Amino acid sequence: MPTTIEVEIKRQNGPDGTGAVENFSIPYRPNMNITSLLGEIALNPVTKEGKATTPITYDSNCLEEICGSCAMLINGKARMACSALVDKMLEEGGGKIKLAPLSKFPVVRDLAVDRAVLFENLKKVKAWVPIDGTYDLGAGPKQAPQIQEERYPLSNCISCTICMEVCPQFNDVTNFVGAATIGQAKLFNMDPSGSVLKEERLRALSGDGGVQECGFAQNCVQACPKGLPLTEAISDIGRDVFVQKVKDFFRA
Amino acid sequence: MAAATPRIIVVGGGLAGLSAVIKIAEAGGKVDLFSIVPVKRSHSVCAQGGINSAKNLKGEGDTPFKHFDDTIYGGDFLANQTPVKAMCEQGPAIIDLLDRMGVPFNRTPEGLLDFRRFGGTLYHRTAFAGATTGQQLLYALDEQVRRFESEGKVQKYEGWEFLSAILDTKGACRGIVAMNLRSMELKTFPADAIIICTGGNGAIFGKSTNSVVCTGSAQAALYQQGAYYANGEFIQVHPTAIPGEDKLRLMSESARGEGGRVWVPKDRNDKRQPNSIPETERWYFLEEWYPKYGNLVPRDVATRAIHKVVYEHGMGLDGQPMVYLDVSHLAPERQHKLEGILEIYEKFVGDDPRKVPMKIFPGMHYTMGGLWVDFNQMTNIPGVFAAGEADYSIHGANRLGANSLLSCIYGGFVAGPKAMEYAKGLEPQQGDGGHAAELIRQQQYNNILLNNQGTENPFQIWRELGDTMTRHATIIRYNAGLREADQKIVELIERYKKINLSDKSQWANTSFAFARQLYNMLQLARVIVQGAELRDESRGAHYKPDFPERNDEKFLKTTKALYDDNSDAPKFEWEDVDISHIKPRPRRYDATA
Repeated sequence: MPTTIEVEIKRQNGPDGTGAVENFSIPYRPNMNITSLLGEIALNPVTKEGKATTPITYDSNCLEEICGSCAMLINGKARMACSALVDKMLEEGGGKIKLAPLSKFPVVRDLAVDRAVLFENLKKVKAWVPIDGTYDLGAGPKQAPQIQEERYPLSNCISCTICMEVCPQFNDVTNFVGAATIGQAKLFNMDPSGSVLKEERLRALSGDGGVQECGFAQNCVQACPKGLPLTEAISDIGRDVFVQKVKDFFRA
Repeated sequence: MAAATPRIIVVGGGLAGLSAVIKIAEAGGKVDLFSIVPVKRSHSVCAQGGINSAKNLKGEGDTPFKHFDDTIYGGDFLANQTPVKAMCEQGPAIIDLLDRMGVPFNRTPEGLLDFRRFGGTLYHRTAFAGATTGQQLLYALDEQVRRFESEGKVQKYEGWEFLSAILDTKGACRGIVAMNLRSMELKTFPADAIIICTGGNGAIFGKSTNSVVCTGSAQAALYQQGAYYANGEFIQVHPTAIPGEDKLRLMSESARGEGGRVWVPKDRNDKRQPNSIPETERWYFLEEWYPKYGNLVPRDVATRAIHKVVYEHGMGLDGQPMVYLDVSHLAPERQHKLEGILEIYEKFVGDDPRKVPMKIFPGMHYTMGGLWVDFNQMTNIPGVFAAGEADYSIHGANRLGANSLLSCIYGGFVAGPKAMEYAKGLEPQQGDGGHAAELIRQQQYNNILLNNQGTENPFQIWRELGDTMTRHATIIRYNAGLREADQKIVELIERYKKINLSDKSQWANTSFAFARQLYNMLQLARVIVQGAELRDESRGAHYKPDFPERNDEKFLKTTKALYDDNSDAPKFEWEDVDISHIKPRPRRYDATA
């Protein structure tokens, strides 16, 4: 049993700041996770060398892997800090833990990054059901349990953007929207009322940065903390986009 | 008269806030939505088990009135009955609406909504989406708001924190001061009315099932500006949470709704693996003590039972404060409906709850009290409305499981249109309506905090606050302990004045934002412990062994705390409870009839 936890954290004091690494040595307690480790630093913000420093800035909220806030690179791998257990991470990192911000998003400060791009993408694919209004219109359409079973896993997407971080195609060159957005397009295309916008969603995913940018690396499905069937969604949407293009060609 | 298009600010983007936003946008109002986190990451996302409504799709003869009665009885008659009745009557229409928005509710083979059982009722009344219902509901409302946002009807301010309301010379609200959590800039925003939907205050207890943002800071700021804070002493401790280093992770009541059982070995020295302990050597204490409701007694009852088994009978697992919550005997299709929460347990504890019983203990979970509101969801400050967990209405002395999601949406649906109505009748403001003065007040506060010379660390003060509150103001309360807690909080407020922030920078300074919240938490903590001390009875979640009975004659009253500037402490008033529909009767879940 170690007496201390050795942590190396990549720090940056603002979007334009340069990166610097700080090392910390935190008293060991069993059953800690990465967010409680960061809490310990806030309680006593002193580096391993004894230099006074500032608490680490990072995003977190629910601490139970459902809000999607605390994605970061832990030992070089994109994952949620709340469900990353210190004991496991120490073992994996050979007695040391390395923390860094996600690499594909602008850094706000330290481990916090700006992931607004995902929410903008969700607007592009109209990821909603266009209901007539919130007044009482009676029950919704009946839905076979099989459809619910297929929709529910896609609806578990927590917008953590890990699928985008690990995707080799998600970069400035391709403008790829990433797997999460494609999964949401499929989710709403499958809804009996949401499907009214199906054609618009498919067209939004057919141009630059659309579904065809996927290079089938399959990193997304392996890294997704919630186990979403992302590659299945990409291939389904890819097929639908193709069919839509053919239809639009003959209609034109 | 005010401008033709009312301008409303909604603070908080959980279920209540988003519900209010949708109603205002739909009615043609202009709405600005403020949230500390991107709204899709709000704490509503953590709700698990489901949402109640008496749809009566199981042929049981359930009705909105029975739902109303269960809610009032479950809340030990402390809730004003008129809004509760209205909420239960609107329940079925709210479920239908959510269904139409595309929430992936579980279905019956015929394709209708499925319903499960929950605590404090004998009916299948809880619609659910696996065990992540809050997440699914939040997303559905978030999507509708995103639609309005793309149409230009809603402006989101994510990453901005509410600091205070701007009040004019007549005391009416004319806007808010908010802080940008990246640039740390303070700015005023005009509004004809504001709606506070900022959730509960779990952070006051250090570790709870709540999210990091649930500090109660916004409510406490308004309380210090003259809003009544009601029933602060009513805090729900959920019977089944996973004890953790950083927080207590909820294990939904739906685990018991689907057939999960709570037990300990009959022999406290039994060292066998739980699965090898035969049925006859297990003590299913809830089923024994409450034969009619069994494992589905209301939360306050289950929590006290677990506390008693551990601390009075000394029967905690391995002498530790834990008991088993067992779903390992359930059929795979039942376990499948609980997938979301079983995964949480597996990830954070390491054991597979499909195979071995979970180890759980009660944890602070829900804030029944909150900003006092009238039946239109307006506080006593004109133009300041509140909805959801942030207000005190609906749940009385104890909330029933799966009623929170409903109350959030109901509250937002009332507050939105009522705020519009108020705004339309509002007289134009004189001068700047108080904007400049309030901005200066908040800037001065920031300067004090940044220039303090002391040795105190805000996170250390928070830790001590949490320890004190958990020890004295959760499951069991004694007046001596509550007084000790109040003295401790006064000491912490003094020490707060000597906080020296290690980070004084003005960019994404999270410890600075936290230090601001901490002051408000300390003020609200006093409301909780003093309110609890003054209530010499036991009712719902508020339990005093020295006063074990409910006392309607003296305490069938809403506690109202008002901040007193001179003494920097709360003053208390009491208000009669609306019992116009159901006559109070003894609350006994151990009766078999």
